[in-house]
Amino acid sequence: MRPSAFGVALWASACVALSFLLLPIVAIFSELTLGELRAGLTSDVARDALRVTLETNLVAMVLIVLFGTPTAYLLASREFRGRTLLVTLVELPLVLPPAVAGIGLLAAFGRLGLLGGTMESLGIDIAFTKTAVVLAVTFVASPFYVRTAIAAFEAVDRDLVAASRTLGAGPARTFFRVALPLAAGGLGAGAALAFARGLGEFGATIMFAGSLQGVTQTLSLAIYQEFDVDFDTALAIGALLVVGSALVLLAAKVIPAWRRSTSTSTTFFAPSASR
Amino acid sequence: METLHVDLDHVLRSFRLSLALDVAAETVALVGPSGAGKTSVLRAIAGLLRPERGRVALGAETWLDTGSRVDLPPERRRVGLVFQEYALFPHLSVRANVAFGGRDRVDELLERFGIAGLADARPGAISGGERQRVALARALARDPGVLLLDEPLSALDAHTRRRVRTELREVLGDLGLPTLIVTHDFEDATSLADRVGVLVDGRLLQVGSPSELVASPADAFVAGFTGANLLRGVASVSANGLTEVALDAGFTAYSADEARGRVALAVYPWEVSVARDAPDDSAVNHLRAPIASIVTLGNRARVRIGPVTAEVTTQSAERLGLREGEVVVASFKATGARLLSVE
Repeated sequence: MRPSAFGVALWASACVALSFLLLPIVAIFSELTLGELRAGLTSDVARDALRVTLETNLVAMVLIVLFGTPTAYLLASREFRGRTLLVTLVELPLVLPPAVAGIGLLAAFGRLGLLGGTMESLGIDIAFTKTAVVLAVTFVASPFYVRTAIAAFEAVDRDLVAASRTLGAGPARTFFRVALPLAAGGLGAGAALAFARGLGEFGATIMFAGSLQGVTQTLSLAIYQEFDVDFDTALAIGALLVVGSALVLLAAKVIPAWRRSTSTSTTFFAPSASR
Repeated sequence: METLHVDLDHVLRSFRLSLALDVAAETVALVGPSGAGKTSVLRAIAGLLRPERGRVALGAETWLDTGSRVDLPPERRRVGLVFQEYALFPHLSVRANVAFGGRDRVDELLERFGIAGLADARPGAISGGERQRVALARALARDPGVLLLDEPLSALDAHTRRRVRTELREVLGDLGLPTLIVTHDFEDATSLADRVGVLVDGRLLQVGSPSELVASPADAFVAGFTGANLLRGVASVSANGLTEVALDAGFTAYSADEARGRVALAVYPWEVSVARDAPDDSAVNHLRAPIASIVTLGNRARVRIGPVTAEVTTQSAERLGLREGEVVVASFKATGARLLSVE
């Protein structure tokens, strides 16, 4: 069949867009030899940044899942006045410029901030500490999780929840035995998206936590510090983040599909358990 | 066995659901068109919907009393609710689904419903009829005091439906629990239930045994729902002591019932006989018209003649050599023509 002019136009546009999107990524890898990559990744700066990034992101993910899951379930399963407003507020950090997040966090938790006096009298000072990195990551990444989690809980058939209740399970047991397992795929995808966002966090972190090597300097911050000092190290860290982010994105796509296939898996060929 | 008392008052979309019903150790079917509020009744009994005003009690146990602010959550009401699409947990095996309701009788129930061989299968891998048995076993695992079935046969194909209907009737008979079924199918209702209630726009038009509903339908809707031909017309006194009805369809019919003005004449298809020429018998109503359609259902044929449908045996239809388009005479007795008021 002869391709139509419209079809050709579609393909041409897609080629331009894809080339533009892929070019910087290709550039990162083509500008590096394997030796430079190894040297860059084994440098102290890169190793410290990797450690700081993983530590702070893992703690942030625990916080996000621990508080985000009940929040999402509440917003997904209850009808109440102001629900839409609450959902919008939860999603706000998604569109907030990172600089605004950074200044906001400083204004709230900084020494001269809203809670600064209270925290100072308790002997807590979190600005420019690892805790500050965790807070910054949690702030910017949590909407990615909560949004996806709300959608995942909303997708659970309401009749299944109702069936659980009529079978004698209270709200808590219904949550753990029905809603949570059925939403697990979506929750996993949301966690992966939030983790990907957290890995790349830059703006809020540099304002609120600074860029102290080994303490608050994450991989993104290390790239920024190194790019006019040692470009190859910056590139090597960039390559690491490309691979890490790609893996997380892949996980976000694969987890829900895999969960779906196990939740309705046909045990057609399993030996029947007739006795 | 305790009796289920239901008394509900609740505004639904465009109408008010208002219903009072007692269900003893029997099967009651609520039948009506979709959107009549049938499922809302079940949800209110189970505690999934809170009516504006109402009382639900099983024997001495009050589950809901809006007057005294009693409203038990679903998990504290001893109901077994079988959902229309069964609502089996897709992530759990058949055995785990049944055990969700209660662990004590799982093996016994799997055995009893013939699903022991499917114990390790997921609901997605079994047939519709099997799913229904799993849903029923799961509801019973809770040891309920009341059984509620929402359109138990509508998710099944026609062939499975007939078999499951027979199975279900036997199971319900053995259980002896107060059982409330909702369905939009009058035939399902009459074959499963001891009593049938016709629910339209949130109101119970009539409650009675299937034969009572057919013998004396309360109004035109019930008559139509139970399968009667409804012929609208104007009734007036006739010289022969009968009521003469000038049908809108252009015929004149006679009824032994007394009525004046706008009426609906109801006659059941099995009370209409078909002949090539007007017979000289006790029937006074003879409608001569061409056959519009003939539909054969097993050993019966439904023959559409002008405004009425007659139900005859396929044997008779063949003996008479009925063909579509041929002019025949449909006859029914004045005593079989009930006159019902229309609004």
